[in-house]
Amino acid sequence: MKTIRIGGGAGYAGDRIEPAVELAQKGDIQYLVFECLAERTIAIGQKQKAADPTKGFNELLADRMHAVLPTCIEKGIKIITNMGSANPLYAGKLVAEIARSLGAKQLKIAIVSGDDVLDMAMNSDVKLDEIGKPISQCNKQIISANAYMGAEAMVQALNNGADIVIAGRVSDPSLFLAPMMYEFGWQPDNWEMLGKGTIIGHLLECGGQITGGYYADPGFKDVPGLARLGFPIAEVDEQGNATITKVAGSGGNVTVDTCKEQMLYEIHQPDRYLTPDVVADFSHVTFTQAGPDRVEVRGGNGFERTNTLKVSVGYQDGFIGEGEISYAGPGAVARGKLALEIVKERFALCGFEPEETRYDLIGVNSLHGDTLSQSSQPYEVRARVAARCTTKAQAAKVGNEVETLYTNGPAGGGGATKSVKEILAMDSTLISRDLATATVDYLEI
Amino acid sequence: MKLREIAHSRTGDKGNTSNISLIAYSQDDYQTLKNAVTAEKVKAYFADIVKGEVVRYELPAIGALNFVMYGALGGGVTRSLALDMHGKGLSSAIMDMDI
Repeated sequence: MKTIRIGGGAGYAGDRIEPAVELAQKGDIQYLVFECLAERTIAIGQKQKAADPTKGFNELLADRMHAVLPTCIEKGIKIITNMGSANPLYAGKLVAEIARSLGAKQLKIAIVSGDDVLDMAMNSDVKLDEIGKPISQCNKQIISANAYMGAEAMVQALNNGADIVIAGRVSDPSLFLAPMMYEFGWQPDNWEMLGKGTIIGHLLECGGQITGGYYADPGFKDVPGLARLGFPIAEVDEQGNATITKVAGSGGNVTVDTCKEQMLYEIHQPDRYLTPDVVADFSHVTFTQAGPDRVEVRGGNGFERTNTLKVSVGYQDGFIGEGEISYAGPGAVARGKLALEIVKERFALCGFEPEETRYDLIGVNSLHGDTLSQSSQPYEVRARVAARCTTKAQAAKVGNEVETLYTNGPAGGGGATKSVKEILAMDSTLISRDLATATVDYLEI
Repeated sequence: MKLREIAHSRTGDKGNTSNISLIAYSQDDYQTLKNAVTAEKVKAYFADIVKGEVVRYELPAIGALNFVMYGALGGGVTRSLALDMHGKGLSSAIMDMDI
């Protein structure tokens, strides 16, 4: 039976590069897939592109290509990625330039776009899910609207002989499903196979999160060699059965438990995982340890896809101002609490009313609040104030008030820092599938 | 007994919603998890944090539960004032639950 080996070369935009090089060199893979878009990444890309039309793609694109292209070209490993982000065309041009500089001959680069639906979203005044209102009533500056596209355009690119496929916003598992559909001839309405392939894609899409990354808990869940964590490989057969593994000798481990954790990562209803390709059913998936760092995946399924596509909408939402200061020694927590009380009172005295404010004692209760944080007295504590404000000037006031605690606050405050950052917020909506059409362009060397 | 002794967990985020998986190390303990860790108990445990509903899904084939917690991330990763804006640490917090 025909099988292919697909490597997961990145789990997010800024991921490590060496494990992808290791996959290309030693993984015996035919496909190297880089998943590099979180919810907000493409909105940041749109802002970069607005400032410079040749930017807005993944910032590590050139570094990644320089690192893996020589081996991928030599071995005929195809690369599939969403590193095109907000600007797949310029990403493609850059990859072509790098390939030429490496002496590549006869390389076909496919550029998949069509996910940018900003004009349509504005014109049809779509309703945003979290805010609960149409765009025109949100009083927000909309930056981006990108639809999650499925695997079909990428399959078309592979059918047309593409060696490298560069997309913008496509759903993460679709990046992995595309080579399976292409290699095994799975049709776009073969829901069972598309469901199985989507589950395999979901397992690989976060890179090292299935090989022991985001898993280790010393004494309970020990993972060897996290500094040289190997990234995952799926061996997939034409029946949609898969074995998850990694390069022999790399760090980390692939076990039934790492696979179970990753399968449930960022999913809600297990028998209805919606992608543009299929409604995947994770509820009957099982994992079996078939050998060291080899886990068999069985039992995936899928149902007919929905008629809608999810769209991520990015908008400006004011600024977050932040200030921190540390206290140490006996009574550190009491002085930290006093510091926070002073800032709170100062805000009231100044008539300063941010949209939302948060007061934390780092080392005491900053992650999960007071109820879950009943521990012994720490030696040191860091007081933190953060607030969401409508203007940059207001946001700057937050850190300034914390800084004035040096000479106006409790004893021994040290190491004050302050910052202001612009908020690029995300919301989502659903649109009819026929309102976004993926297109494929080619660059040939 | 602490949950940590028989189960492990991972959190994920989508917008303002957090999901926490709870996976029994041994299939024999799945029923214990299912009986002890209800949606109501998780909602009460995270009372300081979760503003919305908690929904529990069961995955007997792998001995796991999946809790979807709405309104748990201070407006979502992009707007949250929290230090851990993804809520990544929530899976560690639930390990300390007594069952």
